[in-house]
Amino acid sequence: MSENAPDIASLARHLEALRPSLLRLAQLQLRNAAWAEDAVSETLLAALQGAQRYRGTAQLKTWVVGILKHKVLDQLRHHTREPTLADAGDDDADELETLLYRRDGHFQEMPEPWTDPCGELQREQFFAVLEACMEQLPARQGRVFLMREWLEIDSATICQELGIASTNLWILLHRARLRLRECLQQNWFGDHTS
Amino acid sequence: MKIPNSCRDISGLLLAREDRSLSLGERLAVRVHILTCRACHRFEKQTLVLRGALRQWREHQREEGDPR
Ligand SMILES: [Zn+2]
Repeated sequence: MSENAPDIASLARHLEALRPSLLRLAQLQLRNAAWAEDAVSETLLAALQGAQRYRGTAQLKTWVVGILKHKVLDQLRHHTREPTLADAGDDDADELETLLYRRDGHFQEMPEPWTDPCGELQREQFFAVLEACMEQLPARQGRVFLMREWLEIDSATICQELGIASTNLWILLHRARLRLRECLQQNWFGDHTS
Repeated sequence: MKIPNSCRDISGLLLAREDRSLSLGERLAVRVHILTCRACHRFEKQTLVLRGALRQWREHQREEGDPR
Protein backbone atom coordinates (compact mmCIF):
# COMPACT_ATOMS: atom_id res chain seq x y z
CA MET A 1 0.00 0.00 0.00
CA SER A 2 1.43 3.35 -0.95
CA GLU A 3 2.03 5.62 1.99
CA ASN A 4 -0.05 8.48 0.64
CA ALA A 5 -3.20 6.40 0.24
CA PRO A 6 -4.79 7.92 3.38
CA ASP A 7 -4.05 11.37 1.92
CA ILE A 8 -5.98 10.48 -1.21
CA ALA A 9 -8.92 9.34 0.90
CA SER A 10 -8.97 12.56 2.86
CA LEU A 11 -8.50 14.57 -0.32
CA ALA A 12 -11.56 12.83 -1.77
CA ARG A 13 -13.57 13.85 1.30
CA HIS A 14 -12.43 17.47 1.08
CA LEU A 15 -13.24 17.54 -2.62
CA GLU A 16 -16.68 16.14 -2.02
CA ALA A 17 -17.29 18.91 0.51
CA LEU A 18 -16.46 21.47 -2.17
CA ARG A 19 -18.92 20.02 -4.66
CA PRO A 20 -21.89 22.29 -3.79
CA SER A 21 -19.91 25.50 -4.24
CA LEU A 22 -18.32 24.20 -7.45
CA LEU A 23 -21.72 23.28 -8.80
CA ARG A 24 -23.12 26.69 -7.93
CA LEU A 25 -20.30 28.41 -9.85
CA ALA A 26 -20.57 26.04 -12.82
CA GLN A 27 -24.32 26.55 -13.03
CA LEU A 28 -23.93 30.32 -12.81
CA GLN A 29 -21.51 30.25 -15.75
CA LEU A 30 -23.12 27.54 -17.89
CA ARG A 31 -26.81 28.06 -17.15
CA ASN A 32 -27.46 24.39 -17.82
CA ALA A 33 -27.72 21.80 -15.06
CA ALA A 34 -26.40 18.85 -17.11
CA TRP A 35 -23.38 20.76 -18.41
CA ALA A 36 -22.65 22.03 -14.91
CA GLU A 37 -22.76 18.47 -13.49
CA ASP A 38 -20.36 17.31 -16.19
CA ALA A 39 -17.94 20.16 -15.59
CA VAL A 40 -17.89 19.48 -11.84
CA SER A 41 -17.46 15.71 -12.25
CA GLU A 42 -14.57 16.25 -14.65
CA THR A 43 -13.04 18.73 -12.22
CA LEU A 44 -13.20 16.33 -9.28
CA LEU A 45 -11.80 13.53 -11.41
CA ALA A 46 -8.93 15.70 -12.62
CA ALA A 47 -8.22 16.82 -9.07
CA LEU A 48 -7.99 13.21 -7.85
CA GLN A 49 -5.77 12.25 -10.76
CA GLY A 50 -3.49 15.21 -10.15
CA ALA A 51 -3.41 14.71 -6.40
CA GLN A 52 0.41 14.84 -6.26
CA ARG A 53 0.28 18.47 -7.28
CA TYR A 54 -1.95 19.39 -4.38
CA ARG A 55 -0.10 20.60 -1.27
CA GLY A 56 -2.17 21.16 1.84
CA THR A 57 -5.78 22.11 2.48
CA ALA A 58 -5.08 25.83 2.43
CA GLN A 59 -4.72 25.85 -1.34
CA LEU A 60 -7.28 23.20 -2.12
CA LYS A 61 -10.16 25.44 -3.16
CA THR A 62 -7.92 27.80 -5.11
CA TRP A 63 -6.47 24.85 -6.97
CA VAL A 64 -9.81 23.14 -7.65
CA VAL A 65 -11.59 26.32 -8.75
CA GLY A 66 -8.71 26.84 -11.18
CA ILE A 67 -9.40 23.41 -12.67
CA LEU A 68 -13.13 24.11 -12.72
CA LYS A 69 -12.61 27.22 -14.83
CA HIS A 70 -10.91 25.13 -17.51
CA LYS A 71 -13.58 22.43 -17.41
CA VAL A 72 -16.37 24.99 -17.63
CA LEU A 73 -14.71 26.60 -20.63
CA ASP A 74 -14.43 23.15 -22.26
CA GLN A 75 -18.18 22.75 -21.81
CA LEU A 76 -18.83 26.15 -23.41
CA ARG A 77 -16.61 25.24 -26.37
CA HIS A 78 -18.24 21.86 -26.71
CA HIS A 79 -21.75 23.33 -26.80
CA THR A 80 -20.97 26.47 -28.80
CA ARG A 81 -22.93 25.38 -31.83
CA GLU A 82 -26.07 24.54 -29.92
CA PRO A 83 -29.03 26.85 -30.43
CA THR A 84 -29.18 27.74 -26.74
CA LEU A 85 -25.82 29.45 -27.12
CA ALA A 86 -26.09 30.73 -30.68
CA ASP A 87 -29.69 31.93 -30.65
CA ALA A 88 -29.79 35.70 -31.04
CA GLY A 89 -32.63 37.26 -29.09
CA ASP A 90 -33.59 36.01 -25.66
CA ASP A 91 -34.40 39.35 -24.23
CA ASP A 92 -36.32 42.57 -24.59
CA ALA A 93 -33.93 45.20 -23.34
CA ASP A 94 -35.91 48.21 -24.56
CA GLU A 95 -38.02 48.05 -21.44
CA LEU A 96 -34.98 48.49 -19.28
CA GLU A 97 -33.69 51.43 -21.31
CA THR A 98 -37.07 53.16 -21.09
CA LEU A 99 -37.03 52.69 -17.35
CA LEU A 100 -33.61 54.26 -17.10
CA TYR A 101 -33.54 57.04 -19.70
CA ARG A 102 -35.95 59.73 -20.89
CA ARG A 103 -36.62 60.05 -24.60
CA ASP A 104 -34.15 62.93 -24.87
CA GLY A 105 -31.37 60.70 -23.49
CA HIS A 106 -31.25 62.07 -19.94
CA PHE A 107 -31.55 59.80 -16.92
CA GLN A 108 -35.07 59.36 -15.59
CA GLU A 109 -33.71 59.53 -12.07
CA MET A 110 -30.47 60.74 -10.61
CA PRO A 111 -28.20 57.71 -10.08
CA GLU A 112 -27.67 57.14 -6.36
CA PRO A 113 -24.29 57.24 -4.67
CA TRP A 114 -23.08 53.66 -4.08
CA THR A 115 -20.71 52.76 -1.30
CA ASP A 116 -18.35 49.78 -1.28
CA PRO A 117 -20.53 46.76 -0.45
CA CYS A 118 -17.61 44.48 0.47
CA GLY A 119 -16.98 45.52 4.07
CA GLU A 120 -16.27 42.68 6.53
CA LEU A 121 -19.74 42.62 8.02
CA GLN A 122 -21.83 42.61 4.89
CA ARG A 123 -19.81 41.01 2.13
CA GLU A 124 -21.25 37.50 2.45
CA GLN A 125 -24.72 38.95 2.28
CA PHE A 126 -23.81 41.16 -0.65
CA PHE A 127 -22.26 38.27 -2.57
CA ALA A 128 -25.50 36.31 -2.16
CA VAL A 129 -27.48 39.21 -3.65
CA LEU A 130 -24.90 39.67 -6.42
CA GLU A 131 -25.12 35.99 -7.36
CA ALA A 132 -28.91 36.08 -7.31
CA CYS A 133 -28.81 39.08 -9.67
CA MET A 134 -26.37 37.30 -12.01
CA GLU A 135 -28.64 34.26 -11.99
CA GLN A 136 -31.53 36.42 -13.08
CA LEU A 137 -29.76 37.60 -16.22
CA PRO A 138 -31.12 36.01 -19.40
CA ALA A 139 -28.98 32.92 -20.11
CA ARG A 140 -26.90 34.28 -23.00
CA GLN A 141 -26.20 37.54 -21.20
CA GLY A 142 -25.33 35.62 -18.06
CA ARG A 143 -22.87 33.37 -19.88
CA VAL A 144 -20.90 36.12 -21.58
CA PHE A 145 -20.98 38.26 -18.45
CA LEU A 146 -19.54 35.45 -16.32
CA MET A 147 -16.96 34.71 -19.01
CA ARG A 148 -15.76 38.29 -18.61
CA GLU A 149 -16.08 38.64 -14.87
CA TRP A 150 -15.44 35.17 -13.52
CA LEU A 151 -13.31 33.44 -16.17
CA GLU A 152 -11.65 36.79 -16.97
CA ILE A 153 -11.52 36.17 -20.71
CA ASP A 154 -11.04 39.18 -22.97
CA SER A 155 -13.79 40.16 -25.39
CA ALA A 156 -11.96 39.13 -28.57
CA THR A 157 -11.34 35.64 -27.19
CA ILE A 158 -14.96 35.26 -26.10
CA CYS A 159 -16.05 36.09 -29.66
CA GLN A 160 -13.73 33.36 -30.99
CA GLU A 161 -14.80 30.79 -28.42
CA LEU A 162 -18.52 31.36 -28.98
CA GLY A 163 -18.32 32.19 -32.67
CA ILE A 164 -20.16 35.51 -32.34
CA ALA A 165 -19.45 38.99 -33.73
CA SER A 166 -17.98 41.56 -31.39
CA THR A 167 -20.94 43.91 -31.88
CA ASN A 168 -23.25 41.14 -30.67
CA LEU A 169 -21.04 40.46 -27.70
CA TRP A 170 -21.01 44.14 -26.72
CA ILE A 171 -24.78 44.37 -26.96
CA LEU A 172 -25.13 41.33 -24.70
CA LEU A 173 -22.61 42.66 -22.19
CA HIS A 174 -24.15 46.13 -22.23
CA ARG A 175 -27.56 44.68 -21.44
CA ALA A 176 -26.15 42.39 -18.78
CA ARG A 177 -24.37 45.27 -17.05
CA LEU A 178 -27.46 47.50 -17.17
CA ARG A 179 -29.62 44.75 -15.73
CA LEU A 180 -27.16 43.87 -13.05
CA ARG A 181 -26.89 47.50 -12.03
CA GLU A 182 -30.66 47.81 -11.83
CA CYS A 183 -30.99 44.60 -9.83
CA LEU A 184 -28.32 45.68 -7.34
CA GLN A 185 -29.84 49.14 -7.01
CA GLN A 186 -33.19 47.58 -6.13
CA ASN A 187 -31.99 44.72 -3.95
CA TRP A 188 -28.90 46.10 -2.30
CA PHE A 189 -27.91 49.73 -2.70
CA GLY A 190 -31.46 51.04 -2.43
CA ASP A 191 -31.94 49.42 0.97
CA HIS A 192 -28.53 49.89 2.48
CA THR A 193 -27.90 53.48 3.42
CA SER A 194 -24.60 52.87 5.14
CA MET B 1 -19.90 59.74 -36.88
CA LYS B 2 -22.21 61.24 -34.30
CA ILE B 3 -20.45 62.56 -31.24
CA PRO B 4 -21.77 60.81 -28.13
CA ASN B 5 -23.11 63.45 -25.78
CA SER B 6 -26.39 62.38 -24.18
CA CYS B 7 -26.38 60.75 -20.77
CA ARG B 8 -27.57 57.62 -22.52
CA ASP B 9 -24.52 57.67 -24.83
CA ILE B 10 -22.06 58.49 -22.08
CA SER B 11 -23.32 55.92 -19.59
CA GLY B 12 -23.27 53.40 -22.45
CA LEU B 13 -19.59 54.16 -22.97
CA LEU B 14 -18.95 53.87 -19.24
CA LEU B 15 -20.38 50.37 -19.35
CA ALA B 16 -18.55 49.49 -22.59
CA ARG B 17 -15.29 50.56 -20.94
CA GLU B 18 -15.49 47.42 -18.78
CA ASP B 19 -15.28 45.23 -21.89
CA ARG B 20 -13.31 47.12 -24.52
CA SER B 21 -10.94 50.06 -24.64
CA LEU B 22 -12.58 53.29 -25.72
CA SER B 23 -11.26 55.30 -28.66
CA LEU B 24 -9.54 58.58 -27.98
CA GLY B 25 -12.64 60.45 -29.15
CA GLU B 26 -14.87 58.42 -26.87
CA ARG B 27 -12.64 58.99 -23.88
CA LEU B 28 -12.62 62.71 -24.57
CA ALA B 29 -16.41 62.79 -24.93
CA VAL B 30 -16.78 61.00 -21.57
CA ARG B 31 -14.36 63.33 -19.77
CA VAL B 32 -15.94 66.49 -21.15
CA HIS B 33 -19.50 65.35 -20.42
CA ILE B 34 -18.72 64.27 -16.87
CA LEU B 35 -17.26 67.66 -16.01
CA THR B 36 -20.72 69.15 -16.14
CA CYS B 37 -23.07 66.22 -15.58
CA ARG B 38 -23.61 65.03 -12.01
CA ALA B 39 -25.75 62.09 -13.10
CA CYS B 40 -23.05 60.57 -15.30
CA HIS B 41 -20.43 61.37 -12.69
CA ARG B 42 -22.46 59.30 -10.21
CA PHE B 43 -22.97 56.61 -12.82
CA GLU B 44 -19.24 56.37 -13.35
CA LYS B 45 -18.69 56.02 -9.60
CA GLN B 46 -21.24 53.19 -9.58
CA THR B 47 -19.39 51.35 -12.35
CA LEU B 48 -16.17 51.64 -10.32
CA VAL B 49 -17.85 50.35 -7.16
CA LEU B 50 -19.24 47.43 -9.12
CA ARG B 51 -15.87 46.73 -10.74
CA GLY B 52 -14.27 46.50 -7.30
CA ALA B 53 -17.10 44.39 -5.92
CA LEU B 54 -16.85 41.90 -8.78
CA ARG B 55 -13.13 41.62 -8.24
CA GLN B 56 -13.70 40.85 -4.56
CA TRP B 57 -16.41 38.34 -5.43
CA ARG B 58 -14.01 36.61 -7.85
CA GLU B 59 -11.31 36.43 -5.19
CA HIS B 60 -13.83 35.17 -2.66
CA GLN B 61 -14.61 32.18 -4.92
CA ARG B 62 -10.98 31.13 -4.77
CA GLU B 63 -10.69 31.39 -1.01
CA GLU B 64 -10.81 28.49 1.35
CA GLY B 65 -14.04 27.91 3.26
CA ASP B 66 -17.50 28.12 1.86
CA PRO B 67 -20.37 30.21 3.23
CA ARG B 68 -23.27 28.00 4.26
ZN1 LIG C 1 -24.87 62.83 -18.30
